[in-house]
Amino acid sequence: MSQPIIEGHDLQVVFGGRKVLDVPYLAVEQGEVLVIVGPNGSGKSTLLQVLALLLPAAGRLTFAGEAVNTRPDKSGLHFRRRMAVVFQEPLLLDTSVRENVATGLKLRGTRGHDLERRISLWLERFGIAHLAARSPRTLSGGEAQRVSLARAFVVEPEVLLLDEPFASLDLPTRYALMGDLKSVLARTSTTVVLVTHDRDEALALADRVGVMLSGRLAQIDRTEAVFRSPASEEVAAFIGVENVLRGKVASQQGGLAWVVVEGRILEAVSELAPDTPVLACVRPEDITLSLRRAGETTSARNRLAGHVARIDDRGSQWRVVVDCGFPLVVLITRQSGHEMGLAPGSEVAVAFKATAAHLIPRA
Amino acid sequence: MDLVWDGIAQAFWLLVRGDRETYQVILRSTQVSGMATVLSVLVGVPLGTLLGLSRFPGRNVLIALVNMGMGLPPVVVGLLVVITLWRSGPLGGLHMLYTPQAMIAAQFVLAFPLVTAFTLASVQQLNPKLRTQILALGASRWQMLLLLLREARLPLLAAVMAGFGAVISEVGASLMVGGNIRGLTNVLTTDIVSATGRGDFARAIALGIILLALVYAASLAITTIQQRTRPS
Repeated sequence: MSQPIIEGHDLQVVFGGRKVLDVPYLAVEQGEVLVIVGPNGSGKSTLLQVLALLLPAAGRLTFAGEAVNTRPDKSGLHFRRRMAVVFQEPLLLDTSVRENVATGLKLRGTRGHDLERRISLWLERFGIAHLAARSPRTLSGGEAQRVSLARAFVVEPEVLLLDEPFASLDLPTRYALMGDLKSVLARTSTTVVLVTHDRDEALALADRVGVMLSGRLAQIDRTEAVFRSPASEEVAAFIGVENVLRGKVASQQGGLAWVVVEGRILEAVSELAPDTPVLACVRPEDITLSLRRAGETTSARNRLAGHVARIDDRGSQWRVVVDCGFPLVVLITRQSGHEMGLAPGSEVAVAFKATAAHLIPRA
Repeated sequence: MDLVWDGIAQAFWLLVRGDRETYQVILRSTQVSGMATVLSVLVGVPLGTLLGLSRFPGRNVLIALVNMGMGLPPVVVGLLVVITLWRSGPLGGLHMLYTPQAMIAAQFVLAFPLVTAFTLASVQQLNPKLRTQILALGASRWQMLLLLLREARLPLLAAVMAGFGAVISEVGASLMVGGNIRGLTNVLTTDIVSATGRGDFARAIALGIILLALVYAASLAITTIQQRTRPS
């Protein structure tokens, strides 16, 4: 594997006696999209500002193999100019859109034809060429964030750092802009570190996901790995695995484990040894739900009988809580909910594959 | 009412006929106050920016001094400058008393606290996150300061106007350190005082109108710059 573009060792930031960032090791690989997710206040923006050399930190940083002073000083400028940052608030300068996009290049001394060509190119790529002469104060939130993105991309940074860039946008604008960002990233090989509290953004954009909890990187891995196999209960809870069931491995053979949860047996793909106390994680969208005739029981593994305890209407989806000895959260579409005539008290059966259940050893 | 009409008519004639002495007084007023303003901007803008953006011990004491400076009585400043430049005073050897340079010095002392305080307020009203954003765009510290001042340019122009407006219409200090010597240190305000003292109301009114017109012209120029620099 090639050398990481950014490598951090023992990065720590302390505010008012509290460690808001404590990351023993972090590598950002060349060309990857690394998404750091975490709840508000988990330190993910702090991490980004440290990587951007905008916030002093204890520890060591290297950029493309060169040591960087983590206490920003004059020598940091050289590295800052190889990166670009987009914040949640676009904070555009009080000049035209075109001049805003030009700022980063002008600060780096780009002039003349090259300057004009690159500005026009990136105004075009983010669909804001028609706004070039406008004042930022007349732009909508989505337009302003497009300018902010163009302003960052135009310097052709080696690393692009994005801090919740879509958080203050309405949903259609957010999806449109994420789509644009994705297609722009597909044609450049820019390394991206994106920080967000939104799991969907991570799923949509990330090659790798880091989960930040209370200033620590609780897990960092390929996107599928994090979402399928969260490393801890906290990670599972944050990335939206709503069903975390306490149980114990009864037996295990050939990578298939039988887990007892509240007297019921679940099947899960796992190498854990018998008698290991575990947490079984099942994502709500991986569970199917069907109606059950009154009195029908089921003995099939991972097919559990129960009744609907609660239905939360989430617009296009219903979040259904099924009581099958323990509560299990299932997501179904509104349409199928209507078709089944689902209501609290309905007798139902839930089922999921052994691969959908992920076991975490419990302390 | 005749008095007023006479004054207006005379002002008109003084300007139209091209009265050499009147033009000299206008020119001297503009030069003295203009130079004092330029010097105040050179000192006040960096000082105000420093006070506005950095944190150091004693900062509040300095800011309070600057704010006090906005209310300095011109006659007290005049007195201080006269004492300083008096033949036996600390800077008596410069032989500057009763010269336009002495007036510039006095007006500078009056104007720079104004410019400093307005600059301080201008940079403080900027979004504090803007500094981080500008650094993130790849700015060095100097480039960041220049961009911040560019962001604050509208209130900064108000600072320039406040400084110029205060000193061009000031009379106490200019009279004390300049002496209102005809053809050498008389400016519009000191001339108005002496004309009024002589009972030459027509000339006093004429110069008063000219002074108002001059201040208006300056503010018009600054307003035009202010509004032109904003894209629609």
